[in-house]
Amino acid sequence: MWSFSHIADFIHEWLSSTFNPTWTLIIEMVIAGVCVIGLFAALGLVLVIMERKVSAWIQIRLGPNRVGPKGMLQSLADTLKLLVKEGMTPSGADKFLFNLAPFIAMIVAMLLFAPIAFAKDFQLWDLNIGVLYVSAVSSIMVISILMAGWSSNNKYSLMGAMRSGAQIVSYELSAGLSILAVVVLTGSLSISDIVMSQADGWWIFKGHIPVIIAFIIFLIAVTAETNRAPFDLAEAESELTAGFHTEYSGMKFALFFLAEYMNVFIVCAIGATLFLGGWMPFHIGNWEGFNHVMDWIPSSVWFFGKTFFLIFVIMWFRWTFPRLRIDQLLNLEWKYLLPISMFNILLATLMAIMGWHF
Amino acid sequence: MGASSLIVLIIAAVAFSGIAILISKFVLKASTNKQKGEPYECGIPTKGKTWIQLNVGYYLFALIFLVFDVELVFLYPWAVVAKSLGWIALVEIVIFLFILFMGFLYAHRKGALKWM
Repeated sequence: MWSFSHIADFIHEWLSSTFNPTWTLIIEMVIAGVCVIGLFAALGLVLVIMERKVSAWIQIRLGPNRVGPKGMLQSLADTLKLLVKEGMTPSGADKFLFNLAPFIAMIVAMLLFAPIAFAKDFQLWDLNIGVLYVSAVSSIMVISILMAGWSSNNKYSLMGAMRSGAQIVSYELSAGLSILAVVVLTGSLSISDIVMSQADGWWIFKGHIPVIIAFIIFLIAVTAETNRAPFDLAEAESELTAGFHTEYSGMKFALFFLAEYMNVFIVCAIGATLFLGGWMPFHIGNWEGFNHVMDWIPSSVWFFGKTFFLIFVIMWFRWTFPRLRIDQLLNLEWKYLLPISMFNILLATLMAIMGWHF
Repeated sequence: MGASSLIVLIIAAVAFSGIAILISKFVLKASTNKQKGEPYECGIPTKGKTWIQLNVGYYLFALIFLVFDVELVFLYPWAVVAKSLGWIALVEIVIFLFILFMGFLYAHRKGALKWM
């Protein structure tokens, strides 16, 4: 059957039979780079149009409908517009840091693609500490935000960056602890091991209450970590214009925007991998026929389906809840989520030791 | 692909953003005037310095975060072996989290978690 890993193997075999090993490696690296850039750009365009369409749907309006069939090319037009805009640097700004910040945001977003299993046996780097890698690299994001806010020499930017810093570091804790609940049950930090451990059922189904609590905490925490509403204090439009990227315009703004959407995709992909089984198809006990039909659907479709479902949920949050105040936001994390997730990890450990999961 | 994929990804990110910014530099027609470089604060001329002292609350949370983040780092290796160690792992982590939780309660009583 057709799959990504077959294509990758085929290309590898063809290249190694045609060129010597050094050139094979170089050509494979170039192909991987081009593919990742393509995926990056395509996902950015899709997520922007998805966000606008979902918000329009929730607010009972049409949304973008002029460019292309049903407005589907709107984000392409927006990209063109941003491309011809001037990327200004304010005269009071720290120019080096100001221009460096979007690059760091992009590098972080791109690096997070490495351990994600997009389909069966299709992963850029199957490292044995995949989960730790993701939580470590994703916390570099806050540096680029602080850098952008500080170097802009704008009061709104600085305030947005400080808020964002406090928020991201706080919610990182409960996101990490809820990930650990699954790691305890699996006994491995490698993404592929975690996916394989869900062959007989996704953790959300076979993990009972601790995993369900962990999943809910994870969703709340990553919504806050990616600075999305109702936790979008860092760029609260009505208070801070645009928060840390007030002074950014043109392509530099677009890069921040893209990195932000990529982070949403990454955290949803991680959530789908840890709790919803990654590329594992949905199986029910001994319904042979049903399981067979589910196996027939390609693994990449499963992965992207689950990821886009989680992205949809996060977009749904945005149009349902009003924005929190900074003290409410920090109270929610430190007084509720953190103690609950600390207790939850004990519960998960007890369950793993007693073998109470299916 | 292994660890070399990190190099590929970093190069890809820098190339992507660099080329995008370069293209926009070539395409645009820039104009200059005196107001252009001023910070955008809703049309009102900015007053005073921007790089000032900020609310201490942010730093307090950063300090508490540091404690709990180190805790999280300790928990990662524990989580990998917890299942195979069995009961001893649970007892140890209960003690570990209990001590941390006491610190958390202390910070709470001292009002470090209250936004000023």
